[in-house]
Parts: sequence; C-alpha cells; structure tokens
Amino acid sequence: MITTVSAAVSSMLCVAGALFFVAGTIGLLRFPDVYTRLHALTKADNLGLGLIALGVAIQSPSWMVGLKVVLIWILALVASATACNLIANAALHGRIRPWQTGER
Amino acid sequence: MQVLMMLVSLIVLINVVAGFVRVVRGPTAADRMLAALLFGTGGVAVLLLLSEAMAVPALKDVALVFVVLATVVSVAFVRLAGAPVAETTKEKP
Repeated sequence: MITTVSAAVSSMLCVAGALFFVAGTIGLLRFPDVYTRLHALTKADNLGLGLIALGVAIQSPSWMVGLKVVLIWILALVASATACNLIANAALHGRIRPWQTGER
Repeated sequence: MQVLMMLVSLIVLINVVAGFVRVVRGPTAADRMLAALLFGTGGVAVLLLLSEAMAVPALKDVALVFVVLATVVSVAFVRLAGAPVAETTKEKP
C-alpha cells in the first residue's frame, strides 16, 4: 500500500519536473535577450530539477540516499544562482542592451 | 516505475539537445553560455533518473560532480573569457 502511494507520488513529481524542463527550454529558445533567457533557465529548470530530485528521493532505498539527492538539488540551486548573477553582470559590462517592450 | 523514469529522462534529454539551437543561433557568447547551464541542470536530472531506473547508485555521485563542474564552467567563462561583447548584427526572429 505504502509502496503504491509513494510510487504514484514519485511519478507525479517526475512528470511535473519534466514539464518545468520543457517550459525552461521553450523560454531559452523563444525569449528575446540574454537576461530574459537567464530568467527562464535558472528558475524553471531548477524547479524542474527539484521536483525530479524529490521524486527520485522518495523512491530511494534508504533515507541517507534520499538526503543526498536533496542535497544535490540544494547545491544546484546555490550554483545556478551564482552562475546567473555572474553571467548577467558580465553581459551588462559587455554592453549587451536589455530588451525593451515593443522591440522585436 | 522504471519505464516512466526512462521516459522522463528521455524528455529531459530532448530538452538538452534542443538547447543546441541556442548555441547555433547565439547571438552573443553569453547566450551560448546559457546552453551550457542547461546542459548542467539537464544532465544532473538525467543522471538522477537513470541511477534510480537502472539501479546504479554510483550515478548519483556523477550527478554531484556535474553540479560542481557546471558552476566552475560559468565562473571560468566570466573570469577567463572576458565580458561577452554585443554583436551589431540583429538576431533573426
């Protein structure tokens, strides 16, 4: 019974994570400039990674392994926040102009 | 369960491959760097799913290394490659 419930919750989390990954990739391909693309990528993709990591952690054999998976996600969050800030700063210093409303 | 995890990892892998479109179209070096960020996040997700679906626990450690390497890559991009310069040619919509 508990196995069935945890399998169902885990599958739902994994599918939801995949949907967030799809949203992030669409944002990366469709958004107009580097700053908006950073926004799509670092938020949507890390939420998707978190949902998938939770789904995997629920299925893992011991709680130590599950904790490791969750810690990987937290490290990914910190890493991607740092990378996002660095890249956006470098783009500003390189005089890449932010996109204005109404431009194509 | 295994089949579903394989399917989800396939979807994430397709997303990572779609990121190559951004590498090709650019237009600046920073945009190409974003695809590297996507490869980092997507690669970690695929590795976690595969380690559970194929019962290979060591792949979780590989995922951990992926996270660390993805950060090092973006720091190296900013510090070593210099600031990305805006190109004058407009990107095709």
